[in-house]
Amino acid sequence: MSLASVVIVGAGQAGFQVAASLRQEGYEGRITLIGNEPGLPYQRPPLSKAYLLGKIQESNLLFRPAEFYATQRIELLHDPATAIDRLNRRLVLASGTAVSYDHLVLATGAHNRPLPVPGAELAQVFGIKTKADADALAPLAKQARNVVVVGAGFIGLEFAAVAAALGAQVHVLELGERPMARAVSREMSELFRQAHEHWGVHFDFRQGLSRILDDNGKVCGVQTADGRTLAADLVVFGIGVIPNAQLATEAGLDIENGIKVDAHLLTSDPQISALGDVASFPCVQNDEHSTRLESVQNAIDQARTVAARLMGKPSQYGALPWFWTDQGDLKLQIAGLSNGYDSTVVLGCAQDRQLSVLCFRNDRLVAVESCNRMGDHMAARKILARPPKLTAAQAAAEGFDLKAWEAANRD
Amino acid sequence: MPILTFIEHNGTHHQVKGEIGQSVMQAATFASVPGLPADCGGACSCATCHTYVDEAWLDKVQAAQGMESDMLEYAFERRDNSRLSCQLIISEDMEGMVLHLPSSQF
Repeated sequence: MSLASVVIVGAGQAGFQVAASLRQEGYEGRITLIGNEPGLPYQRPPLSKAYLLGKIQESNLLFRPAEFYATQRIELLHDPATAIDRLNRRLVLASGTAVSYDHLVLATGAHNRPLPVPGAELAQVFGIKTKADADALAPLAKQARNVVVVGAGFIGLEFAAVAAALGAQVHVLELGERPMARAVSREMSELFRQAHEHWGVHFDFRQGLSRILDDNGKVCGVQTADGRTLAADLVVFGIGVIPNAQLATEAGLDIENGIKVDAHLLTSDPQISALGDVASFPCVQNDEHSTRLESVQNAIDQARTVAARLMGKPSQYGALPWFWTDQGDLKLQIAGLSNGYDSTVVLGCAQDRQLSVLCFRNDRLVAVESCNRMGDHMAARKILARPPKLTAAQAAAEGFDLKAWEAANRD
Repeated sequence: MPILTFIEHNGTHHQVKGEIGQSVMQAATFASVPGLPADCGGACSCATCHTYVDEAWLDKVQAAQGMESDMLEYAFERRDNSRLSCQLIISEDMEGMVLHLPSSQF
């Protein structure tokens, strides 16, 4: 079946990639890519690190230059979608116009969970999600003397490392008991805690924020949940995201922690796909539980799956999840999903800041976290791409080398 | 604006305009050169922008080192002239440089 028109809502990593992959696959029909932000589609990962530090410029954020959209006949609209008319297969836009679709792709992403405290509306309080956020934050980050970061997840810690490098006193408030607790093992958290403290970052774990204080409308401090006052001229928060599922909810699609999709990334309406940060899919690496992943890899690989299906080559999505974060001179790469792991084997040396943590569940390798051990990460991606045969006892043996094991156990 | 030439494994040539300071990877993706998915967007995290620097140009670029070299260990058919193109920054003396693409990035 050939589709005359594919409309994609969301021009982030996932939406852009669906459009690009459709053309790569030879799709000849109409492609409409609808974004909420001005300008050309761009990548977000550098916003909280290299871009803020001025190491890369605006043009380096773009996926493609303007000519690409013209030559590939991808119609880019900056007109937010407001409603899906499923009966007539039309998407209604904010301007009042409507676009007809044969297939609709929802790649609407997620937005930052807002800080639920008084003072969150002040101009020196930032989440980092868009280029506009980063552009407004960059000059303040360069001048800031006292920075409070709320949330010790990837984004918060990436920014903490940037702010420390720019010379600010950095204080991180985190409700949990260790950095990146939801994403990495205790051993890896400890390495990052020590590294950040070495850079001058101060952590307050099991600590919440009760309000942001201002002096004539300008941030001057924060009050912690236990009643202390910390000096601050800049507050940056990263306390998770909320999937942008409103359009889908109002259209009556199944919702479950985001837009619910099947293994082919189809929603409860067979004319509508969803993918990327907004989609909750049955995840092979998570015992087929409905799972929502926020990552570049997930966006790209799901986009390829959707584009291939629309071109008559359906497959069940099962790509291995992988993630990375850059903090100071540390590169953390994660292959697989560690949820529910019950034992670990550690390779390398935390003092040298070169560490890999192998996470096992029921003696089955489920994830490998590597800090500045890129060879281990690449080996782990090969090993985890198939049902891995490596046991914890093998990995714990004296002199075990993950790369050597991978090389010796290729089919 | 140096002109770079990418040669696909099947022999197809692509002449691409690069900007000084831009990565070789971005010059290629901006021009939609096939066979260079560059999934991580230039963060040296995925090893899917692997290229071979043409032998005649090896004096213009260093061999891969450090983290890049570690990543390349797992690239498909690594050679001595293998580089991750996201780590090659275009300079004036790269005018006319030729890069070859591997048969696969995985």
